Amino acid sequence: MPTPTDPTVPAPREAAPSSSAETPVIEFTDVEKRFGDNVVLKDLNFTVSRGERVTLIGPSGSGKTTILRLVMTLEELTGGYIFIDGEPLTHEERNGKRVPVSKKRQKALRTRIGMVFQQFNLFPNMTVLENIIEAPIHVLGRPKKDAIEHAHSLLEQVGLPDKADAHPTSLSGGQQQRVAIARALAMDPEILLLDEVTSALDPEVVGDVLNILREVADTTNVTMLIVTHEMGFARDVSHKVMMFDGGRVVEEGHPDKIFTNPEHERTQKFLGAVLGHN
Amino acid sequence: MSNMTSPHQLLAGEIDAPSEEPPGATFWDWEFAWEILPDMLMAFLQVTLLVTVMGTIIAAVLGLIIAILIMVLPKPLAWIVRWTANFIRMTPIVVQLLLLFWAFLWMDAITIGVIVFGVHYATYMSEVYRAGIESVPKGQWEATTALSMSAVRTWRKVVIPQALRSTIPSLGNYAISMFKDTPFLYAIGAAEMVTLAVSDIGGNTFRYNEPVTIAGLIFLAASYPTALLVNRLEKRLAYAH
Amino acid sequence: MDWFEDWPQYFEALNNFSERLIDGLLTTIQLTLLGGALAFVVAVVLGLMAGSPSLWVRGPARVIIEFFRGISLLVLLFWMVYVLPLFWMANPGLPGEDFVRNNFLIGITALGINYGAYGAEAVRASLTTVSKGQWEATTALSMSWPHKMRRIIFPQAWALMIPSLTNLWVHLLKGSAIVYILPGINDLTFELDNLRRPTDIWFSHAFVGLVSYFILALILTLFMQILEARAKHKLGRGPSLREILSPDPKAAPPDAAVPVQQDAAQAKEGK
Repeated sequence: MPTPTDPTVPAPREAAPSSSAETPVIEFTDVEKRFGDNVVLKDLNFTVSRGERVTLIGPSGSGKTTILRLVMTLEELTGGYIFIDGEPLTHEERNGKRVPVSKKRQKALRTRIGMVFQQFNLFPNMTVLENIIEAPIHVLGRPKKDAIEHAHSLLEQVGLPDKADAHPTSLSGGQQQRVAIARALAMDPEILLLDEVTSALDPEVVGDVLNILREVADTTNVTMLIVTHEMGFARDVSHKVMMFDGGRVVEEGHPDKIFTNPEHERTQKFLGAVLGHN
Repeated sequence: MSNMTSPHQLLAGEIDAPSEEPPGATFWDWEFAWEILPDMLMAFLQVTLLVTVMGTIIAAVLGLIIAILIMVLPKPLAWIVRWTANFIRMTPIVVQLLLLFWAFLWMDAITIGVIVFGVHYATYMSEVYRAGIESVPKGQWEATTALSMSAVRTWRKVVIPQALRSTIPSLGNYAISMFKDTPFLYAIGAAEMVTLAVSDIGGNTFRYNEPVTIAGLIFLAASYPTALLVNRLEKRLAYAH
Repeated sequence: MDWFEDWPQYFEALNNFSERLIDGLLTTIQLTLLGGALAFVVAVVLGLMAGSPSLWVRGPARVIIEFFRGISLLVLLFWMVYVLPLFWMANPGLPGEDFVRNNFLIGITALGINYGAYGAEAVRASLTTVSKGQWEATTALSMSWPHKMRRIIFPQAWALMIPSLTNLWVHLLKGSAIVYILPGINDLTFELDNLRRPTDIWFSHAFVGLVSYFILALILTLFMQILEARAKHKLGRGPSLREILSPDPKAAPPDAAVPVQQDAAQAKEGK
C-alpha cells in the first residue's frame, strides 16, 4: 500500500529509552506458538523497554500479528513465557514446571494493555461515547463523570469532538478507527498494540489516522508494539524495527538503518517489494 | 385397546390415581417395567413410527407442491395458497386433529393423524423448499431459457434437483419434530405409545411411573441419535457447497 | 350449498358461550405469556451456559437441553402430572406440594421447560454469530465474562435470535392447546369442545378455534417483528420504528453507514 507521508523527512524524535538496567516492559522468552501442527512462532526472544516503540514488519503470515495477539491474550501461548513488567502474563515456571497463572493476575496485567484492531471492532449497540467510557467505568471503576470528561478530551484529540452521540455504523471507516484509538487510550494503557490499523481504510484517510498516532507517540510515553505496512509511519515513530520471516526475527535495528541499509537479504527483498509500489 | 371417548373422559377421575395407590408400594417396579416394555415398543413401531414416516412422506411431497404452486400460480391464487399454508402452520395441531376427528368420524384416528401431521408439516416444508428454490442462481434459469428448455423440464431437471439438496437436513429436522409431536394423537385417542402408557397401562394398573418414564426414554433414545445424524448430514452438505 | 344454513343459530350459541370462550381465550393467553416468559428465562440461562468456554458449565447445560428437547412435550406433561406427585407421596411434608397439585402451574412449567430447551439452542447459536472481533475487543478492554455478555455480546445477539424465538413462541402457543387434557385447565381448546355440542365441529373448531389461534399467532409475530426492528435499529442496521411506520419514508441514513459495515465484513470474509 502506498505511503501518504513523505518517508524522506524523518520526524523529530526523542532518543530511544535505553536504560538496560530497568525491567523490560515486554519480554518474550523462548516463545512458541503453534496452531495444531502449524508452528507460527518458534524460540522467539526479545524485549521492549518502557516507552519504546517497536514496529514489526515482514511478509504476511510471518507471525507479526500473532505476537500482538499473544500479548493481548487473544491467542493461547503454546510454549515459553511472556512477561509484562517482569510479571508472567500467561504461564510461569514453578518447581521446573510450566503452569498457567491465575485469571486474576492475568486480568490485572491485561488492563495495562490496549489494542487497536484492523477492523475497528467498535460496539454497534453503543454510541461513540458509550464505546469509550464503558470499560473505564465498569472495568477500571472510574467515576462516570471523569470517564465522560476524559472521553470528550480524547475525541477532541482524535478530531471527532462532535461525534460523541453518533452511532459507530454511521461513521466512515477512518472515523471509526479514530474512535477505536480513543477507546483504547481511554484505558490509559502502558502498552498500546496497533494491529494493521490502516489496512481496512480507504487510502485517502490513512494519513489522518497515522497523524493521530504520531501525535500520541510524540506526546505520551506509552510503549507501542506496531504491526503495519505503512513503512513511512514505521520509520517516523519507531525506535526499533524488527523484521520477521517464518516466525523468526531475521533482522532488527534502528529504523534508519533497516530502511536505508538492511543487512539481511530477506529484509532487502521485502522492503524492495513493499516500497517498490510507491 | 383404544376408544372413541372424549379425551376429557379418559382422564377424568384418573388424575388423582396416584393418591389411590396403596401406601408403601414400590416407587419403581422393574418386573412391571419389563412386562410392559414389549407392548410399548410395539405401539411405538406400529403407530408412532408409522405416523411419522407416512407424515414425513406427505410433508415432503405436498410441501414441494405448495412451494411450486406459490411460485407458478398467478398472483391472487398464489396469495390464497400462501395464506392457507400460513393459516395451517400457525394454528395448533391438536385443534386440527380434533377438527378432523369429529368431522370424519368414520376415519380411524391413525389415518387422521397421518393426514394432519403430513399437511401441517408440509406447510413448514414449503417454506424450506421456497428458500431452496430461491437459492438456485439466476444464471441457471437464464441458461435454461438460452437452451429453450420447457418450463416443466426446467423445474424437473434443473431447479428442483439443485433446490432439494440443501433441504434434506431440514426435512430430517421436521421429521424429528413431527415424531415428538405424535403424542398429540392422545387427544383423539389413537393407540400411540404415550396414549397406551397413560390411558391403558396407567389407567388399568394405576402405575404411571414406569410407562411414562419408559415412553420418555424411548423418545430420547430415538430422537437424539437421529438429531445427531441430521446434524452431521447438515455439516457435510454445508461443506460440499 | 346448504352448509351454512344453521350458522345463524350457531352464532346465537356462540353468543351464549361467549363468556366461557373469552375465559378460555384468556387462559390460553396466560399459558402463552407465562409459559413464554419461563421459556425465555430457561432459554437464556441454558443458552449462555451452553456457550460458556468452561466444560463444567457447558456439559450440564448440553445434557439438560438435549434431554428436554428429546422427550416429547406430552411425555413431560404426563410425567409431571403422574410421576412427580409420587415424590411428595413418599415424603409427606416436602415443600412445594401446592405446585404439584396445580395443573395450571404444571402446564406453564412443562411448556416453559420444553420450549425453553429449544430456545436455548437458538440463544447459543446466535451468540456464536456475533463476530469474533467483538469478542476480541471485549478481551482487549479486559471486560469480565458477565460484563461482556450483558453489555456487548447479548445485545448484539438479541437482534439475531428474535426470529427463532418468534417461531418458538408461536410453537408454544400452538403447543399450549394440548394442556387442555389436564383437568382444571379450561383453555380455549377446552371451551371449543363445549361449543361444539350445540353447534358443529366446523363452526366451533375451524371457524372459532383455528381463527382465534391464528389471530393470536399473528399478534405475537407482529409484536416480535417490532422488537426485531427496534433491536436492529439499535445496532444501526435498519430504520427506526418511527421511520418504518411513517407514511412517507425518509431518505436512507447517510450512505457511509452501510458500505463501511459491508466492506469490513467482506474484508473479514476475504481473509
